[in-house]
Amino acid sequence: MLPEAIEAMTAQLGVVGNASSLHTAGRRARRVVEEARENIADALDARPSEVVFTSGGTEADNLAVKGLYWARRARGATRILMSAAEHHAALDPAHWLGDHQDAKVELLEVDELGRVHPQTLRDAVERDPESVALVSVMWANNEVGTIQPVRVLAAIAHDHGIPFHTDAVQAVGQLPVAFAASGVDAMTVSGHKVGGPIGAGALLLARGVDPVPVLHGGGQERDVRSGTLDAPAIAGFAAAVRTAVDRQAETAARLTALRDDLIGRVREAVPDVILNGDPVNRLPGNAHFSFPGCEGDALLMLLDAKGVECSTGSACSAGVAQPSHVLLAMGADAVRARGSLRFSLGHTSTRDDVDRVAAVIGTVVERARRAGLS
Amino acid sequence: MSGGVDSAVAAARIAEAGHDVTGVHLALSANPQSYRTGARGCCTIEDSRDARRAADVIGIPFYIWDMAERFHRDVVEDFVSEYAAGRTPNPCLRCNEKIKFEAVLTRALALGFDAVATGHHARLVDGVLSRSPDAAKDQSYVLGVLTREQLGHAIFPLGDSTKAQVREEAARRGLTVADKPDSHDICFIADGDTRRFLADRLGAAPGPIVDVSGEVVGTHEGAYGFTVGQRKGLRVDRPAPDGRPRYVLSIEPVSNTVTVGPRSALEVTTIVAARPVWNGPVAEPREPLACTVQLRAHGEVYGCRAQLSGDEVHITLDAPATGVAAGQAAVLYLDDTVIGSATIVTAA
Repeated sequence: MLPEAIEAMTAQLGVVGNASSLHTAGRRARRVVEEARENIADALDARPSEVVFTSGGTEADNLAVKGLYWARRARGATRILMSAAEHHAALDPAHWLGDHQDAKVELLEVDELGRVHPQTLRDAVERDPESVALVSVMWANNEVGTIQPVRVLAAIAHDHGIPFHTDAVQAVGQLPVAFAASGVDAMTVSGHKVGGPIGAGALLLARGVDPVPVLHGGGQERDVRSGTLDAPAIAGFAAAVRTAVDRQAETAARLTALRDDLIGRVREAVPDVILNGDPVNRLPGNAHFSFPGCEGDALLMLLDAKGVECSTGSACSAGVAQPSHVLLAMGADAVRARGSLRFSLGHTSTRDDVDRVAAVIGTVVERARRAGLS
Repeated sequence: MSGGVDSAVAAARIAEAGHDVTGVHLALSANPQSYRTGARGCCTIEDSRDARRAADVIGIPFYIWDMAERFHRDVVEDFVSEYAAGRTPNPCLRCNEKIKFEAVLTRALALGFDAVATGHHARLVDGVLSRSPDAAKDQSYVLGVLTREQLGHAIFPLGDSTKAQVREEAARRGLTVADKPDSHDICFIADGDTRRFLADRLGAAPGPIVDVSGEVVGTHEGAYGFTVGQRKGLRVDRPAPDGRPRYVLSIEPVSNTVTVGPRSALEVTTIVAARPVWNGPVAEPREPLACTVQLRAHGEVYGCRAQLSGDEVHITLDAPATGVAAGQAAVLYLDDTVIGSATIVTAA
């Protein structure tokens, strides 16, 4: 966590108070929450009333996808248009709605760099605009880092009065993210991706956009989300968003330089490596590679033993690595998808970290190749 | 690390001894739920979590290796085709031979590891395999097929311990699997119903059950459902002339015939076995060697003379044995030390 977020959060941990209570302690907690809300709104170009606190990105995505679908289904709209490279927190609720609640999920094709072309969305919408319940395309991809043309895509949906949701979990703090200016109706933000606490997040909901709740109860958040608010976590979350957004330009410049250095040096050590995702329009802190002939799992294990921590993507519930749906959607075959690794750089990353990867990646890849594909 | 108590304690011991240890759990089914529901010692999501938690407690890295395809091909399909051929395979032994000490070992060596350690109850000292002090838990039989090369890269940290000692140590180390029940049966047959598992894969193949004179005494739904020495579930129409129980004497897959007879007809004294492996401290016996032999897991031990003849091992038992099934391993011992093994082809 960012020191600013730790400070803001720990300052609240010893203080009693439920933000929904009317007594003095409750009012004090309410003030902490409302200041956090204003802070986040200000940092992300939204109104305070548009910030709905959640337990994180997964809940926010579920609320957007299920909630908007339920609200729109009442008017006969049952198609969900979503990019094939979305996070599981958006894809799985959509598929669940498809399996259980008559939704027709249409996955929008992405190109080999992971981009959704505006024409793809336009064609899908115009086949029958009235029947589209919602469109959801993430701001930037969590696996391969590709940035989507969100503003253009949102405008296409709006031409037909269709609500547009974007998962901006990866984007906040790394890219300029302006909720109002982007034209999106619902936007997912998560605390721990910006240096805040795990377990705090928000769904930004434009005025007049009213999803049906997923969690019913006290109705604490605009009657759209129930549950006692976690004032300390929300304070930490807001401090992290504020700090990350204030430093965004500087962070992006620093991480882009580090990342390009990392990409260059990995290519030097492993000439046949493939960089996945958009080489230019990508998250500053994301470098995602396929290493031909290697099992991603083996690379991860060998790198971890050398003090380099990276990720292969998703695993099934038993922990077996699965080929990434994102890479498969981009046209990679299962073997290439399984030989892939993501390196993420963030506020604590340094040139020493890149040096470390550069020093070990060659021998690690060689060794993983010897172990081959099981 | 299967998620059971043995591999957890084995990992803890070698980590404590100063080795650079990485925990590996083998995913042996593409869909873990399909093999077993509920934790029974291996192969389930719950087991993989137990293994991960044990690795956390021990403080070692932990990974899941996907061996489902290899396991399906080399163990499950082999199991089915062996039964179809009228033999009685031992899948645990096959898994040691083909998965743990071949697929896993090969991958581990390529990745820079030196050895595969498991929670088997057997002693391994300077590459020489011998029985566990816990006779009831001894697993030297299912390891007897490993070559010298494979044993050279194996470590069995539980070799000197009884199961009771292992459980006690697990509790002392704070491993939550300390009192987890032992696994038994075949890990990929969820309900333990081997006959139905085979029937689902091989289909019904009705055929005759005959007695030693060749007279048909009943019918069966598939010869693969029988094992030499089996007494239960024969569904023979008529009682034997002498009124005594009848046993499966042989299985003939080509004519799909199961032959039954009295227990005395099961007795054999000579065994021919193929695919010999010599992994012990003595040279392969070109002349008859007085030793002992075990003919199935947890089975009796017989005094014998064994001799290598071409690609076969000829074993002459000092006293008759019953229930000797083709496909099982004959593992040869000198006292408690394994000297080699071979797969039983015929017995008479």
